[in-house]
Amino acid sequence: MLTYILKRFGQAIPTLLIVITVSFFLMRLAPGGPFDGERQLPPEIEANLMAAYHLDEPLWSQYLRYMGGLLQGDFGPSFKYKDFSVTDLIMQGFPVSLELGAWAIVLALAIGLPLGIIAALKRNSTVDYVVMGIALGGIAVPNFVIAPIMALVFGVMLAWLPAGGWNGGAWANMVLPVIALSIQQIAAIARLTRASMIEVLGSQYIRTARAKGLSEWEVILHHALRPSLLPVISYLGPAIAGIITGSIVIEQIFGLPGIGRYFVQGALNRDYTLVMGVVVFYGVLIVLLNLIVDLLYSVLDPQIRYDD
Amino acid sequence: MNAPQHSSHLQEGNVPLLKVEGLSVDFALHTGTVNAVKNVGFTLKRGETLALVGESGSGKSVTSSALMHLLPDLAQISGRADFEGEELVSMPLKRMRRIRGNAISMIFQEPMTSLNPLHRVGKQIGEVLKKHRKAHGAAVRQRVLALLEQVGIPDPARRIDSYPHELSGGQRQRVMIAMALACEPKLLIADEPTTALDVTVQAQILELLKELQARLGMAILFITHDLNLVKRFADSICVMRHGELVESGSVEEVFTKPRHDYTRMLLAAEPRGSKPPVEESAPVLLEAKDVRVRFATRKHLFRADEYFEAVRGIDLTVRRGQTIGIVGESGSGKSTLGRALLRLVESKGSIDFDGTDLERLDKSGMRPLRSRMQVVFQDPYGSLSPRLNVGEIISEGLKVHHPELNRRQRDQRVVEALEEVALDPRMRGRYPHEFSGGQRQRIAIARALVLKPEFLLLDEPTSALDRSVQVRVVELLRDIQRKYGLTYVFISHDLAVVRALADTVLVMKDGQVVERGPAERIFSAPREPYTQALLKAAFLNRADGLTPETRDQG
Amino acid sequence: MSQDNLPGVAKSVAPQTFLGAGDSLAMDAWHRLRQNKAAMGSLIILVVLAIVCLIGPLLLPWGLADVDWENFMSPPSFESTHYLGTDANGRDLLVRTLYGGQISLSVALVATAVSLVIGVLYGAIAGYFGGRIDSLMMRFVDIMFSLPFMFMVILLMVVFGRNILLIYAAIGAVEWLDMARIVRGQVLALKRREFVEAAQALGVKDSKIVTRHLIPNAIGPVIVYVTLTVPKVILLESFLSFLGLGVQEPLTSWGVLISEGREMMESAPWLLITPSVFLAVTLFCLNFLGDGLRDALDPKTR
Repeated sequence: MLTYILKRFGQAIPTLLIVITVSFFLMRLAPGGPFDGERQLPPEIEANLMAAYHLDEPLWSQYLRYMGGLLQGDFGPSFKYKDFSVTDLIMQGFPVSLELGAWAIVLALAIGLPLGIIAALKRNSTVDYVVMGIALGGIAVPNFVIAPIMALVFGVMLAWLPAGGWNGGAWANMVLPVIALSIQQIAAIARLTRASMIEVLGSQYIRTARAKGLSEWEVILHHALRPSLLPVISYLGPAIAGIITGSIVIEQIFGLPGIGRYFVQGALNRDYTLVMGVVVFYGVLIVLLNLIVDLLYSVLDPQIRYDD
Repeated sequence: MNAPQHSSHLQEGNVPLLKVEGLSVDFALHTGTVNAVKNVGFTLKRGETLALVGESGSGKSVTSSALMHLLPDLAQISGRADFEGEELVSMPLKRMRRIRGNAISMIFQEPMTSLNPLHRVGKQIGEVLKKHRKAHGAAVRQRVLALLEQVGIPDPARRIDSYPHELSGGQRQRVMIAMALACEPKLLIADEPTTALDVTVQAQILELLKELQARLGMAILFITHDLNLVKRFADSICVMRHGELVESGSVEEVFTKPRHDYTRMLLAAEPRGSKPPVEESAPVLLEAKDVRVRFATRKHLFRADEYFEAVRGIDLTVRRGQTIGIVGESGSGKSTLGRALLRLVESKGSIDFDGTDLERLDKSGMRPLRSRMQVVFQDPYGSLSPRLNVGEIISEGLKVHHPELNRRQRDQRVVEALEEVALDPRMRGRYPHEFSGGQRQRIAIARALVLKPEFLLLDEPTSALDRSVQVRVVELLRDIQRKYGLTYVFISHDLAVVRALADTVLVMKDGQVVERGPAERIFSAPREPYTQALLKAAFLNRADGLTPETRDQG
Repeated sequence: MSQDNLPGVAKSVAPQTFLGAGDSLAMDAWHRLRQNKAAMGSLIILVVLAIVCLIGPLLLPWGLADVDWENFMSPPSFESTHYLGTDANGRDLLVRTLYGGQISLSVALVATAVSLVIGVLYGAIAGYFGGRIDSLMMRFVDIMFSLPFMFMVILLMVVFGRNILLIYAAIGAVEWLDMARIVRGQVLALKRREFVEAAQALGVKDSKIVTRHLIPNAIGPVIVYVTLTVPKVILLESFLSFLGLGVQEPLTSWGVLISEGREMMESAPWLLITPSVFLAVTLFCLNFLGDGLRDALDPKTR
């Protein structure tokens, strides 16, 4: 198991290397620079600024410098937020994104799983059709449509909840963003759970379990549930990635100080280091979470063994 | 009923354990109602074995599942089934659950898919005890260990914590049996319990069931397509066809004096006859020396791959007009050897076909020879390209080897080939899925024949077919061999078919030849213990008359 | 309960997966799709929607960038011939939504085609050649899969500007990965089927085997996947547009319109609602159609 984990980390290195390299050179190839846009700077000041951030060096030496910094855990300074390092900014924003994302996943599982199971058990009944219709709606209506409408209805018109802002993470401020973030995942998980549950219920070992005299409830709980969760577990990897991307929009719509917002703004402002920092950070995060998902899978399915 | 009875159970009177009357099962599909079982009735006495025999689609499995309420909701069941004074058909599901796994238990055909892959086998067996015996903790484990011991699982203390995928096929079926026996049922329903297993394992499992039946005195409802097993194993027999019961009686009655034509046909369905050997002087058509095939089991990008050697140095000489039967259990390497002879897999060693060394030829060099050596595969569903019609399938080889033929001439050859295999040529515009298994196999034979080959590799061509269909395909193969002087290499695990077709037999195990010789000699006087075991398992007691063997008293 | 106990049915159907029956499979699937009311309804709505998006702007009195100086942010009204109202610049919303639909649908089609071509080629090559080539190619796909792709696409859009061709390429480049995996899986499974071996035994050339035996049988799952890719692409495009990274003025797309509408939703909610409804209905129908096709092509549901 330990060797497997180490091996996976080994495999992650080329992945991360590609991410870093590609995004580094992409950013630099872009027209414009971090000091355009604002008022026209006098040439000598701009030259000084460029020198201060080593932007006057050849690209490859900037790349090596950046990689060297990364190895020491240094994401470099932000070009736009002058007094902050990228690490500072990420550490400020990440707790917000993490809290949103974690709640969204929890909510997605807590609602999606039972919905999917109920739909599978009541297959082809009205309940099934209603649940699956709603789930399809959840997939069809994007979160950037749902979110503003929710903000309008519950935040502005009914004024039950704040329409935006973080307010130090007060739960009232989190309700709408978390729901908006999780709706698509709820729908996806419900559909996936239903499909795998139906397949499992049709399998031969379920017939065996029934032939043993177990009640339908025992059959589902002891024999059908775990195998039907396996596809959901492997979906968690992409789901997490989806929630991370989703939060870019949600954070913008609700004006939340998470990382997603930094990313878009950073990219538009050519804040090279900030964008790179976010990409690398999320790259590592996704690799880590995928590993955890795979390990979880092996715990649930004894046929998978990571021995070598 | 002349079959011997257990004295202990005779004392309980002659009240049948299970009496089924007028059982019918209909499936309401959107395409219409299918009457899967029509007015079936039988009685099963305590401690007795009743065989429900039929070919695929006869409704035999549906019958047993209906009794246990294990059919999907769209099944409508009517009739009566009295089990120990209780009526099963109308029984509420709640009561039925107290009987399932307790007084009546079941084992199924596929032990791998019938066991939950995520639970340890000990837990799956123990579950029955917890449910019906309200047993807990150490007592359950104790009893499960005893059960595993009883069904002959080696080292039960270790195996109890295994997952199904860690066991062999035979061991898995033993686990299923242990699970079924946990509550000492009065009736065991065994639905094709040995069909998915190799013959030697099959024999062991049947021995085990017999022995356990003798010891525990349970009745067995034995569902099978294999009359051969019935003769050995059952006391009485019910023959089913298209959902109807066509004949029933004691094994002796049915086997010696079958009343129904269908039963007679089934009994005659064992492939018969034998092939005289070719003369020693017949010219050699194919000669293989030290053939070896290995597969990469694990591929590494930067390290040497790991290999499994499927064929380990086999010599083979095939003379014109000969039929060589290659026999072995799954994993013996027999199919791989066949594919190597046709250069469908990479191999080492030399293969010489009519003076040409095949090893030296590349793909295009091999092409002209391909029309002379053809193949028929096992799976009649998988071996025909599903999106081509029959005419296209059969003429594909003609396009490769006889590009000079125009469309009409090709069509003429296709018609001839179809007539050769006794199929209506008007069906050549249809697609494979519109044909039955036997018809598909005829199409596959026609595809090979149309090229007028000299050598035909037959890789389990009859194994996926019902016995009655099998016989006709065997006859067809025999006829065309006689007519065209074909040379066959016939690969099969089915010894009855090999005996009917082959003049020389090669017995394979683990990629090597165990024994070889004239078919006559191999079947009458096998020398190697493995061959003996194989024959014993396959033919059971076919040779010695029709009386079921008297069971040992436990 | 499995179908195994159904007499006859099981044995004839079981070994056939997607690759199942012959040409009449297509007929059969079409027949079954026609019985699926939701899928057929969706198909009709989509066709109508596409026609309206294409022809509609020609029939309306307003152009894409025409400004009606008398109506700024006016609500839907028949008298002003702004049937769905105007935006903050006095442009007709219906016309803009229909034009946006053209963009969204064309992005969907082109990007899906891009992913289809790359994915089918890549997957078929990996699957057919197998061995080391396959493991190298698939390792590459694995690496691509674990990239934070959305970020790369956003980066790409930022870097190279909001070019519509780039949107096609970028989205297509993201979506081909799944397609490659599916096609490879199909080809691997088909390669082991005996009919392919039989063709080899007949001496049929590799190229013929691929075109006659492999591709026609792999097509079912690919079709299903394509119908499910189209809504994903539309969603992705509107997502990028919403972030301000999509198509540029004067062109517009549903994502752009939704983004603009959101800023005015308190004073002019129709600006948010109209493009949202168009987008949602399209996605809804595409998903229904995809589900219906999957059921129709899957012999297990027969």
